[in-house]
Amino acid sequence: MIKLQDLIEKLNLEVKSAKDHLDKEVTGGYASDLLSDVMANSKPGNIWITLQIHANIVAVASLKELAGIILVNGRAPEEDTIRKAEEEKVPILVSKLPAFELIGRLYQLGIAGMT
Amino acid sequence: MLREYVADLHIHTCLSPCGDLDMSPRDIVRTARSRGIDMIAICDHNTAENIEAVMRAARGHELAVLPGMEVTSQEEVHILALFENLADALTLQSVIYAHLPGENDEEAFGLQVVVNEFSEVLSFNRKLLIGATDLSISAVVAAIHRFGGLAVAAHIDREGFGIIGQIGFIPKDLQLDALEISPRMTVEEARKKFEVYSDYTFISSSDAHFIEHIGQSTTRFMLTEPSLGEIKKALRREDGRMIIAPVDKSTEM
Repeated sequence: MIKLQDLIEKLNLEVKSAKDHLDKEVTGGYASDLLSDVMANSKPGNIWITLQIHANIVAVASLKELAGIILVNGRAPEEDTIRKAEEEKVPILVSKLPAFELIGRLYQLGIAGMT
Repeated sequence: MLREYVADLHIHTCLSPCGDLDMSPRDIVRTARSRGIDMIAICDHNTAENIEAVMRAARGHELAVLPGMEVTSQEEVHILALFENLADALTLQSVIYAHLPGENDEEAFGLQVVVNEFSEVLSFNRKLLIGATDLSISAVVAAIHRFGGLAVAAHIDREGFGIIGQIGFIPKDLQLDALEISPRMTVEEARKKFEVYSDYTFISSSDAHFIEHIGQSTTRFMLTEPSLGEIKKALRREDGRMIIAPVDKSTEM
Protein backbone atom coordinates (compact mmCIF):
# COMPACT_ATOMS: atom_id res chain seq x y z
CA MET A 1 0.00 0.00 0.00
CA ILE A 2 1.26 3.47 -0.84
CA LYS A 3 2.55 5.62 2.00
CA LEU A 4 2.23 9.31 2.69
CA GLN A 5 5.96 9.75 2.10
CA ASP A 6 5.62 8.33 -1.42
CA LEU A 7 2.84 10.80 -2.24
CA ILE A 8 4.95 13.69 -1.01
CA GLU A 9 7.81 12.72 -3.33
CA LYS A 10 5.72 11.82 -6.37
CA LEU A 11 3.40 14.83 -6.18
CA ASN A 12 5.92 17.35 -4.88
CA LEU A 13 3.89 18.19 -1.76
CA GLU A 14 5.07 20.63 0.86
CA VAL A 15 4.92 19.27 4.42
CA LYS A 16 3.46 21.79 6.89
CA SER A 17 3.12 19.67 10.04
CA ALA A 18 3.85 16.34 11.71
CA LYS A 19 7.06 15.75 9.75
CA ASP A 20 7.84 12.65 11.83
CA HIS A 21 4.55 10.96 10.99
CA LEU A 22 4.79 10.47 7.25
CA ASP A 23 5.20 6.72 7.14
CA LYS A 24 1.44 6.16 7.34
CA GLU A 25 -0.26 3.94 4.79
CA VAL A 26 -2.96 5.60 2.73
CA THR A 27 -6.10 3.46 2.48
CA GLY A 28 -7.91 5.69 0.00
CA GLY A 29 -8.93 9.25 -0.63
CA TYR A 30 -11.79 11.58 0.18
CA ALA A 31 -12.37 15.05 -1.25
CA SER A 32 -14.77 17.56 0.28
CA ASP A 33 -14.81 21.06 1.71
CA LEU A 34 -17.76 20.46 4.01
CA LEU A 35 -16.49 19.21 7.36
CA SER A 36 -19.76 17.52 8.23
CA ASP A 37 -19.53 15.54 5.00
CA VAL A 38 -15.97 14.45 5.77
CA MET A 39 -17.03 13.40 9.25
CA ALA A 40 -19.86 11.34 7.82
CA ASN A 41 -18.13 9.74 4.84
CA SER A 42 -14.35 9.58 5.11
CA LYS A 43 -12.66 6.35 6.23
CA PRO A 44 -9.70 5.78 8.59
CA GLY A 45 -6.42 6.02 6.75
CA ASN A 46 -7.87 8.16 3.95
CA ILE A 47 -5.99 11.12 2.57
CA TRP A 48 -8.34 14.14 2.65
CA ILE A 49 -8.23 16.72 -0.12
CA THR A 50 -9.67 20.12 0.77
CA LEU A 51 -9.20 23.86 0.45
CA GLN A 52 -10.28 24.58 4.04
CA ILE A 53 -7.40 25.93 6.12
CA HIS A 54 -8.94 26.58 9.56
CA ALA A 55 -8.07 24.58 12.66
CA ASN A 56 -11.24 22.48 12.66
CA ILE A 57 -9.85 20.41 9.79
CA VAL A 58 -7.30 19.00 12.24
CA ALA A 59 -10.01 17.98 14.70
CA VAL A 60 -11.91 16.19 11.94
CA ALA A 61 -8.80 14.44 10.58
CA SER A 62 -7.83 13.36 14.07
CA LEU A 63 -11.32 12.15 14.96
CA LYS A 64 -11.62 10.15 11.75
CA GLU A 65 -8.02 8.88 12.01
CA LEU A 66 -7.21 10.09 8.51
CA ALA A 67 -3.70 9.58 7.16
CA GLY A 68 -3.34 13.28 6.46
CA ILE A 69 -4.72 16.35 4.74
CA ILE A 70 -3.69 17.77 1.37
CA LEU A 71 -4.52 21.44 0.83
CA VAL A 72 -4.93 22.36 -2.81
CA ASN A 73 -4.11 25.48 -4.81
CA GLY A 74 -1.03 26.13 -2.69
CA ARG A 75 -3.18 27.29 0.20
CA ALA A 76 -1.42 28.18 3.44
CA PRO A 77 -2.87 26.71 6.65
CA GLU A 78 -3.59 29.19 9.46
CA GLU A 79 -1.02 29.30 12.29
CA ASP A 80 -3.50 27.82 14.72
CA THR A 81 -4.12 24.97 12.28
CA ILE A 82 -0.43 24.11 12.12
CA ARG A 83 -0.11 24.30 15.90
CA LYS A 84 -3.04 21.91 16.42
CA ALA A 85 -1.78 19.62 13.67
CA GLU A 86 1.59 19.33 15.43
CA GLU A 87 -0.18 18.53 18.71
CA GLU A 88 -2.46 15.96 17.10
CA LYS A 89 0.30 14.63 14.81
CA VAL A 90 -1.83 15.19 11.72
CA PRO A 91 0.32 15.69 8.60
CA ILE A 92 -0.80 18.68 6.55
CA LEU A 93 0.57 18.69 3.01
CA VAL A 94 0.19 21.40 0.42
CA SER A 95 -0.08 20.96 -3.34
CA LYS A 96 0.17 23.78 -5.84
CA LEU A 97 -2.34 21.95 -8.03
CA PRO A 98 -6.08 22.59 -8.08
CA ALA A 99 -8.23 19.83 -6.56
CA PHE A 100 -9.35 18.24 -9.83
CA GLU A 101 -5.81 17.90 -11.10
CA LEU A 102 -4.41 16.65 -7.81
CA ILE A 103 -7.11 14.03 -7.32
CA GLY A 104 -6.57 12.78 -10.87
CA ARG A 105 -2.90 12.24 -10.14
CA LEU A 106 -3.64 10.55 -6.82
CA TYR A 107 -5.96 8.20 -8.68
CA GLN A 108 -3.22 7.43 -11.19
CA LEU A 109 -0.97 6.49 -8.26
CA GLY A 110 -3.53 3.88 -7.25
CA ILE A 111 -5.43 5.77 -4.56
CA ALA A 112 -9.16 5.23 -4.93
CA GLY A 113 -12.16 6.82 -3.28
CA MET A 114 -14.10 3.58 -3.02
CA THR A 115 -12.79 0.12 -2.34
CA MET B 1 -34.18 59.14 26.41
CA LEU B 2 -31.64 58.10 23.83
CA ARG B 3 -28.15 57.33 25.07
CA GLU B 4 -25.14 55.36 23.98
CA TYR B 5 -24.86 51.65 24.72
CA VAL B 6 -21.73 49.66 23.99
CA ALA B 7 -22.63 46.16 22.84
CA ASP B 8 -20.67 42.99 22.21
CA LEU B 9 -23.33 40.79 20.65
CA HIS B 10 -21.31 37.65 20.02
CA ILE B 11 -19.81 35.94 23.05
CA HIS B 12 -19.34 32.21 23.62
CA THR B 13 -19.35 30.38 26.94
CA CYS B 14 -17.64 27.21 28.14
CA LEU B 15 -20.55 25.31 26.54
CA SER B 16 -19.14 25.87 23.06
CA PRO B 17 -16.63 23.06 22.44
CA CYS B 18 -14.09 25.59 21.21
CA GLY B 19 -14.92 28.01 24.04
CA ASP B 20 -12.36 28.28 26.81
CA LEU B 21 -13.35 26.64 30.10
CA ASP B 22 -12.74 30.00 31.78
CA MET B 23 -15.70 31.43 29.86
CA SER B 24 -17.95 31.11 32.90
CA PRO B 25 -21.01 33.30 33.51
CA ARG B 26 -19.47 35.28 36.37
CA ASP B 27 -16.21 35.96 34.57
CA ILE B 28 -18.00 36.92 31.36
CA VAL B 29 -20.20 39.40 33.25
CA ARG B 30 -17.30 40.78 35.29
CA THR B 31 -15.04 41.21 32.26
CA ALA B 32 -17.74 42.79 30.12
CA ARG B 33 -18.51 45.33 32.85
CA SER B 34 -14.86 46.12 33.48
CA ARG B 35 -14.46 46.90 29.79
CA GLY B 36 -17.35 49.34 29.75
CA ILE B 37 -19.75 47.10 27.89
CA ASP B 38 -23.46 47.73 28.54
CA MET B 39 -24.92 44.87 26.60
CA ILE B 40 -23.84 41.40 25.53
CA ALA B 41 -25.41 38.51 23.66
CA ILE B 42 -24.55 34.93 24.49
CA CYS B 43 -24.18 33.02 21.24
CA ASP B 44 -22.91 29.48 21.72
CA HIS B 45 -22.71 27.09 18.79
CA ASN B 46 -26.13 25.53 18.16
CA THR B 47 -27.23 25.69 21.80
CA ALA B 48 -28.87 28.02 24.31
CA GLU B 49 -28.26 26.03 27.49
CA ASN B 50 -25.86 28.42 29.22
CA ILE B 51 -27.75 31.64 28.54
CA GLU B 52 -29.92 31.55 31.66
CA ALA B 53 -26.84 31.20 33.88
CA VAL B 54 -25.26 34.31 32.35
CA MET B 55 -28.53 36.24 32.68
CA ARG B 56 -28.69 35.27 36.35
CA ALA B 57 -25.03 36.12 36.89
CA ALA B 58 -25.69 39.58 35.44
CA ARG B 59 -28.45 40.39 37.95
CA GLY B 60 -27.47 43.42 39.99
CA HIS B 61 -24.92 44.45 37.38
CA GLU B 62 -25.41 47.19 34.83
CA LEU B 63 -25.25 44.68 32.02
CA ALA B 64 -28.04 43.61 29.69
CA VAL B 65 -27.75 40.02 28.47
CA LEU B 66 -29.53 39.06 25.26
CA PRO B 67 -30.20 35.39 24.57
CA GLY B 68 -28.65 34.31 21.30
CA MET B 69 -27.20 31.42 19.35
CA GLU B 70 -24.65 30.90 16.61
CA VAL B 71 -26.37 28.46 14.29
CA THR B 72 -24.44 26.38 11.74
CA SER B 73 -26.35 25.90 8.52
CA GLN B 74 -26.11 22.96 6.15
CA GLU B 75 -23.66 25.01 4.07
CA GLU B 76 -21.53 25.41 7.23
CA VAL B 77 -22.34 29.10 7.37
CA HIS B 78 -22.62 30.68 10.83
CA ILE B 79 -25.76 32.74 11.45
CA LEU B 80 -26.28 34.62 14.71
CA ALA B 81 -29.72 34.59 16.26
CA LEU B 82 -30.52 37.34 18.77
CA PHE B 83 -33.66 37.25 20.93
CA GLU B 84 -35.40 39.32 23.57
CA ASN B 85 -36.57 36.38 25.67
CA LEU B 86 -34.84 33.23 26.79
CA ALA B 87 -37.97 31.22 25.93
CA ASP B 88 -37.62 32.19 22.26
CA ALA B 89 -33.98 31.10 22.19
CA LEU B 90 -34.96 27.79 23.78
CA THR B 91 -37.68 27.31 21.16
CA LEU B 92 -35.07 27.81 18.45
CA GLN B 93 -32.81 25.38 20.31
CA SER B 94 -35.45 22.64 20.13
CA VAL B 95 -35.66 23.11 16.35
CA ILE B 96 -31.86 23.15 16.01
CA TYR B 97 -31.40 20.06 18.18
CA ALA B 98 -33.88 18.17 15.99
CA HIS B 99 -31.71 19.03 12.97
CA LEU B 100 -28.26 18.55 14.48
CA PRO B 101 -26.90 15.02 14.07
CA GLY B 102 -24.01 13.41 15.90
CA GLU B 103 -22.43 13.17 19.32
CA ASN B 104 -19.53 15.25 20.63
CA ASP B 105 -16.06 13.76 20.83
CA GLU B 106 -14.50 15.65 23.73
CA GLU B 107 -10.98 14.59 22.79
CA ALA B 108 -11.31 16.01 19.30
CA PHE B 109 -13.51 19.06 19.80
CA GLY B 110 -13.43 19.94 23.50
CA LEU B 111 -15.70 19.85 26.53
CA GLN B 112 -19.25 21.23 26.39
CA VAL B 113 -19.95 22.37 29.92
CA VAL B 114 -23.40 23.41 31.12
CA VAL B 115 -23.02 25.61 34.22
CA ASN B 116 -25.11 27.62 36.65
CA GLU B 117 -24.72 31.29 37.54
CA PHE B 118 -22.12 30.40 40.19
CA SER B 119 -20.01 28.77 37.47
CA GLU B 120 -20.65 25.33 38.95
CA VAL B 121 -20.82 22.45 36.49
CA LEU B 122 -24.32 21.08 35.97
CA SER B 123 -23.70 18.64 33.13
CA PHE B 124 -21.87 17.99 29.90
CA ASN B 125 -23.79 18.48 26.68
CA ARG B 126 -23.46 15.39 24.49
CA LYS B 127 -24.60 16.81 21.17
CA LEU B 128 -22.14 17.52 18.35
CA LEU B 129 -22.41 21.29 18.80
CA ILE B 130 -19.42 21.93 16.50
CA GLY B 131 -21.30 20.17 13.69
CA ALA B 132 -23.66 21.49 11.06
CA THR B 133 -27.44 21.32 11.10
CA ASP B 134 -29.22 19.96 8.05
CA LEU B 135 -31.07 23.27 7.67
CA SER B 136 -30.26 25.55 4.74
CA ILE B 137 -29.22 29.16 5.46
CA SER B 138 -32.64 30.40 4.43
CA ALA B 139 -34.35 27.84 6.68
CA VAL B 140 -32.18 28.98 9.60
CA VAL B 141 -33.01 32.65 8.99
CA ALA B 142 -36.72 31.81 8.64
CA ALA B 143 -36.70 29.88 11.92
CA ILE B 144 -34.99 32.77 13.75
CA HIS B 145 -37.57 35.22 12.44
CA ARG B 146 -40.44 32.86 13.21
CA PHE B 147 -39.50 33.03 16.89
CA GLY B 148 -39.11 36.80 16.87
CA GLY B 149 -35.33 36.99 16.60
CA LEU B 150 -32.84 38.95 14.53
CA ALA B 151 -30.67 37.05 12.05
CA VAL B 152 -27.11 38.28 11.52
CA ALA B 153 -24.55 36.75 9.17
CA ALA B 154 -21.60 36.08 11.49
CA HIS B 155 -18.01 37.21 10.81
CA ILE B 156 -18.49 37.73 7.07
CA ASP B 157 -14.80 38.64 6.81
CA ARG B 158 -13.81 35.13 7.93
CA GLU B 159 -13.23 32.63 5.20
CA GLY B 160 -14.15 29.61 7.32
CA PHE B 161 -17.85 29.57 8.30
CA GLY B 162 -18.49 33.10 7.03
CA ILE B 163 -21.26 33.32 4.45
CA ILE B 164 -19.08 34.79 1.70
CA GLY B 165 -16.24 32.35 2.33
CA GLN B 166 -18.57 29.35 2.29
CA ILE B 167 -20.93 30.11 -0.57
CA GLY B 168 -19.20 32.97 -2.32
CA PHE B 169 -21.85 35.67 -1.97
CA ILE B 170 -24.86 36.79 0.06
CA PRO B 171 -28.06 35.60 -1.66
CA LYS B 172 -30.30 38.57 -2.45
CA ASP B 173 -33.45 36.95 -1.11
CA LEU B 174 -31.92 36.12 2.28
CA GLN B 175 -33.66 38.24 4.94
CA LEU B 176 -30.61 39.13 7.05
CA ASP B 177 -30.98 41.91 9.62
CA ALA B 178 -27.26 42.77 9.67
CA LEU B 179 -23.78 41.58 8.76
CA GLU B 180 -21.20 41.04 11.48
CA ILE B 181 -17.50 41.89 11.15
CA SER B 182 -14.99 40.08 13.35
CA PRO B 183 -12.09 41.78 15.15
CA ARG B 184 -9.86 40.74 12.23
CA MET B 185 -10.99 43.84 10.39
CA THR B 186 -12.46 47.24 11.16
CA VAL B 187 -15.94 48.08 9.91
CA GLU B 188 -14.37 50.78 7.73
CA GLU B 189 -12.13 48.20 6.08
CA ALA B 190 -15.06 45.83 5.74
CA ARG B 191 -17.20 48.48 4.08
CA LYS B 192 -14.52 48.89 1.43
CA LYS B 193 -13.94 45.21 0.97
CA PHE B 194 -17.65 44.37 0.88
CA GLU B 195 -18.80 47.51 -0.91
CA VAL B 196 -21.32 45.51 -2.92
CA TYR B 197 -23.17 44.81 0.36
CA SER B 198 -23.28 48.44 1.50
CA ASP B 199 -27.09 48.32 1.77
CA TYR B 200 -26.75 46.07 4.82
CA THR B 201 -26.18 47.31 8.34
CA PHE B 202 -22.78 46.28 9.69
CA ILE B 203 -22.11 45.46 13.33
CA SER B 204 -18.84 44.40 14.90
CA SER B 205 -18.41 42.03 17.79
CA SER B 206 -15.68 40.00 19.43
CA ASP B 207 -16.83 36.41 18.82
CA ALA B 208 -14.94 35.86 22.07
CA HIS B 209 -14.04 32.27 22.91
CA PHE B 210 -11.57 33.44 25.56
CA ILE B 211 -12.08 35.92 28.41
CA GLU B 212 -9.38 38.26 27.16
CA HIS B 213 -11.16 38.67 23.83
CA ILE B 214 -14.42 40.02 25.27
CA GLY B 215 -14.97 43.52 23.92
CA GLN B 216 -12.15 43.25 21.37
CA SER B 217 -14.68 44.59 18.90
CA THR B 218 -17.96 46.22 19.89
CA THR B 219 -20.85 48.09 18.35
CA ARG B 220 -22.00 51.39 19.84
CA PHE B 221 -25.76 51.88 19.64
CA MET B 222 -27.94 54.92 20.31
CA LEU B 223 -30.98 53.46 22.09
CA THR B 224 -33.50 54.29 24.82
CA GLU B 225 -32.87 50.95 26.54
CA PRO B 226 -30.69 47.89 25.94
CA SER B 227 -33.33 45.65 24.38
CA LEU B 228 -33.72 43.63 21.21
CA GLY B 229 -36.57 45.86 20.00
CA GLU B 230 -34.32 48.90 20.27
CA ILE B 231 -31.49 47.16 18.46
CA LYS B 232 -33.89 46.17 15.71
CA LYS B 233 -34.81 49.83 15.29
CA ALA B 234 -31.16 50.87 15.28
CA LEU B 235 -30.32 48.33 12.58
CA ARG B 236 -33.09 49.91 10.49
CA ARG B 237 -32.21 53.47 11.57
CA GLU B 238 -35.74 54.10 12.87
CA ASP B 239 -36.97 56.70 15.40
CA GLY B 240 -33.52 58.16 16.01
CA ARG B 241 -32.09 54.78 17.01
CA MET B 242 -28.82 54.17 15.23
CA ILE B 243 -25.35 52.78 15.28
CA ILE B 244 -22.60 55.21 16.22
CA ALA B 245 -19.27 54.90 14.41
CA PRO B 246 -18.06 51.39 15.27
CA VAL B 247 -15.12 50.91 17.61
CA ASP B 248 -12.34 48.50 16.96
CA LYS B 249 -10.26 48.03 20.08
CA SER B 250 -8.03 45.32 18.65
CA THR B 251 -5.17 47.73 18.12
CA GLU B 252 -5.39 49.01 21.71
CA MET B 253 -5.31 45.64 23.45
